[in-house]
Amino acid sequence: MAKRKERIDRGIKVRSEDIFALTSWREMLYLAAPRVVPVLALFLLGLVATPYWERVLITTCMFALLAISWDLLNSAGMVSLGQALFFGVGAYIAGTLNHYLGLPPALTIPIATVGGGALCTLALLPVLRLRGIYFAMVTLILPLMIERVIEATKIFGGTEGISGLSTMGSVHLEFLVAAVLVFVALFGFRRMMGTDYGLLLKGISDNDRAVMSAGMNIYVYKAQALFMAASVGSFAGAFMTHAYQFVGMPVFALDYSIIPIASVAVGGMGTLAGPMLGSFILVPLSELLRGLGGLRVVIYAVILVVCTVGLPEGIFHYLARKYNQFERWVGVER
Amino acid sequence: MLEGTLIYGFINSVILMLVALGFSVTFGISGVANFAYGALYIMTGYLAWLGLHALGLPYWIAAPAAVAVTAGVAALIYWFILLRVRGLVVSEVIATFGVGLAILELFRYLGFIGFEYTLPPLIDASVMIGSTYVDAQRLCIVGAGVVLAAFLWFFTHYTKTGLAFRGIAQDERTALTLGINVDKVAAWSVAFGAGYGALAALMILPLGTIAVSEGYNVLVNALAVCIVGGLGSTVGIIVASFLIGFAQILTATYLETHWMMIVSLVAILAILVVKPSGLFGHQKQLEERI
Repeated sequence: MAKRKERIDRGIKVRSEDIFALTSWREMLYLAAPRVVPVLALFLLGLVATPYWERVLITTCMFALLAISWDLLNSAGMVSLGQALFFGVGAYIAGTLNHYLGLPPALTIPIATVGGGALCTLALLPVLRLRGIYFAMVTLILPLMIERVIEATKIFGGTEGISGLSTMGSVHLEFLVAAVLVFVALFGFRRMMGTDYGLLLKGISDNDRAVMSAGMNIYVYKAQALFMAASVGSFAGAFMTHAYQFVGMPVFALDYSIIPIASVAVGGMGTLAGPMLGSFILVPLSELLRGLGGLRVVIYAVILVVCTVGLPEGIFHYLARKYNQFERWVGVER
Repeated sequence: MLEGTLIYGFINSVILMLVALGFSVTFGISGVANFAYGALYIMTGYLAWLGLHALGLPYWIAAPAAVAVTAGVAALIYWFILLRVRGLVVSEVIATFGVGLAILELFRYLGFIGFEYTLPPLIDASVMIGSTYVDAQRLCIVGAGVVLAAFLWFFTHYTKTGLAFRGIAQDERTALTLGINVDKVAAWSVAFGAGYGALAALMILPLGTIAVSEGYNVLVNALAVCIVGGLGSTVGIIVASFLIGFAQILTATYLETHWMMIVSLVAILAILVVKPSGLFGHQKQLEERI
C-alpha cells in the first residue's frame, strides 16, 4: 500500500500563535526556549572558552553577520556571490581612517558601517535592475576587481596592506560587542521581515512584477535592503580589521564570499537564523580542520555541494519542522 | 612594435575565443551554468601531464584520453549534481562553482605547483611574420580556433544534436514536445562543452606552465566573453573575444600586465549595466528577466 508522510502542527504551536500563549508557563517556555537557549549558550561559551577559542567565536560571530546580511539581501531578491565586497569596503574604510587620521575604533567602526553601506549601495545602484544570476555575477566580479586595482595602483599599502592598527581593548570586550550585535541583528531583522515592510521585500524576491503593478517603486526598496545588508557586512569588516589590527588585500578574498554562502546552504535560507546556525557549525569546524592546510577549502567546497544538492532546505528548516510539527505515515487510497 | 602588438593581440583574441567556446556551448547555447569550467580546463592539463610523465604514454594517446576523461567527468557532474538542482539557477551556480573549487584546491593540495608542469607544444619551432617572432604553437592555436569555431557554428545550425542544444535553452517544454530528452541533451551539452574546453587547454597550456590560479582566470575570461558577446550567439563570441583580446594586449603594452584582468572585469560590468543581453544576444527571455 502506498503511504505518504503527513505533517500536522503541534497543538501547542497552534495555541501559542495567539496572545493566549501568555496564559500557560508551558506555552511560554515553548515560545521562549528556541530564542533564549542559543543566546545563553553563546554567552556561556564565551565565559568558559580559552582566549584562542574566544577569538574563534568572535570570527564566527562576524561570519554569522555576513551570512545574515546575505540572507537579508536574498530575501529582497538579490543573490550575492560577493559578500567580500561589503566586508572589504568596511575593512578598508576603518583601516585607513585609523591609520591615516588616527581615529579610535569607537569612531572608525560606526563610520565604516554607515559609510561602507552607502558606498556599496552607490556602487551597485546601476545594476539593481539586474536579477538572479546577472546580479550575482556583478557582485562576484566587483571584489575581484577592487583587489586587482589595489594591487596595480598600490594604494592603501598595496599588496602589503596596513598593519599596526589600534585594538578595541580586551578580547572579552570584543567578544561581548560581537555577541550582542549578532543577536541584535538577528532578532531585529527577523522582526523587520515580519512587518509589512519585510513582506514587501519578500514580495520583490517572489514576484517583482506583481509588486511593481501594485504601484511600489521596487528599486527604492531594493536600494534600502542593499544598504542594510551592506552596512551589516561593512560592520563585520571594520570589526575584524580592528580585531586583527591589519587590513590588506585578503579582505576581498573569496573566503568572505564563500563561507557566508556555505553557511546559508548548510543552515537554510530565508530565516536569518538558519545562516547564523550554519556559520556556527562551519567556522569552528574549519578552525578544527586548520591542521589539514589546503585540504580545508576542498572539504568546504564538498560540504557546500553536498548541502545544496542533498539538503536543499537546510538544517534550520529541518529542526524547526521537528519542533513545530509531528509527522506520521498514512495510507493513500488509489 | 605596433605590428607585434597587432599580431599578439590577434593571437590573444583567438586564445580568448577558444577558452570561451566551450563555456558558451553549455552556458550560452544550452542555458546550463557550468561554473566548474575553469577547473575542468586545468584538470585536462594535469591529466595529460600525468599521462605523459607518470604513465609514460605517448602524446597521441595521453592527450585524447585527457579530453575524454574531462568530458566524462563533466557528464558525471551534470548527472549527479546539476540534474538535481536544475532550474534553481543560483543553486546551479553555487553547486558547480563548489565542484570547481574542490577540484582546483585538491590539485593545489596535492602539490601540483611548479615549473615542471608543462605540456609539450605540437610543433617546436618559430616563424618570422614581418619583423616579429611567432612560435609555431601560437599559429596552431589560431588554426585550431578557426576550425573549432567553424565546426561549432555548423554543429549548432545543421545537426540535430546541435539544434537540440539550442532548443533546450529556448524552451524546455517545447523541446520536450518535439521528442528531445532535455536531461540527456543537457548532459551531452555539458560534456561537449567540457571537451571543447579540454581541447582549448591542450592547445593553450603549452604556452606556459599549468597553474591552479589559471583556472579562476579562465572562468572569468570565458564569462566576460560570453556576457559581452551575448548568450547563445557564436558570432557574438568571436566579436567579443576580439574586443577584449585587443583591449587586454593594448593595456598590457601601454599600461601594465596587472591591468589585463581588470579589462575583462570592466567589460563584464559595463555590458551588464548598459545592455545586459550582450552585444549580439537575441534571447528574449533574458530581457524579460531583467
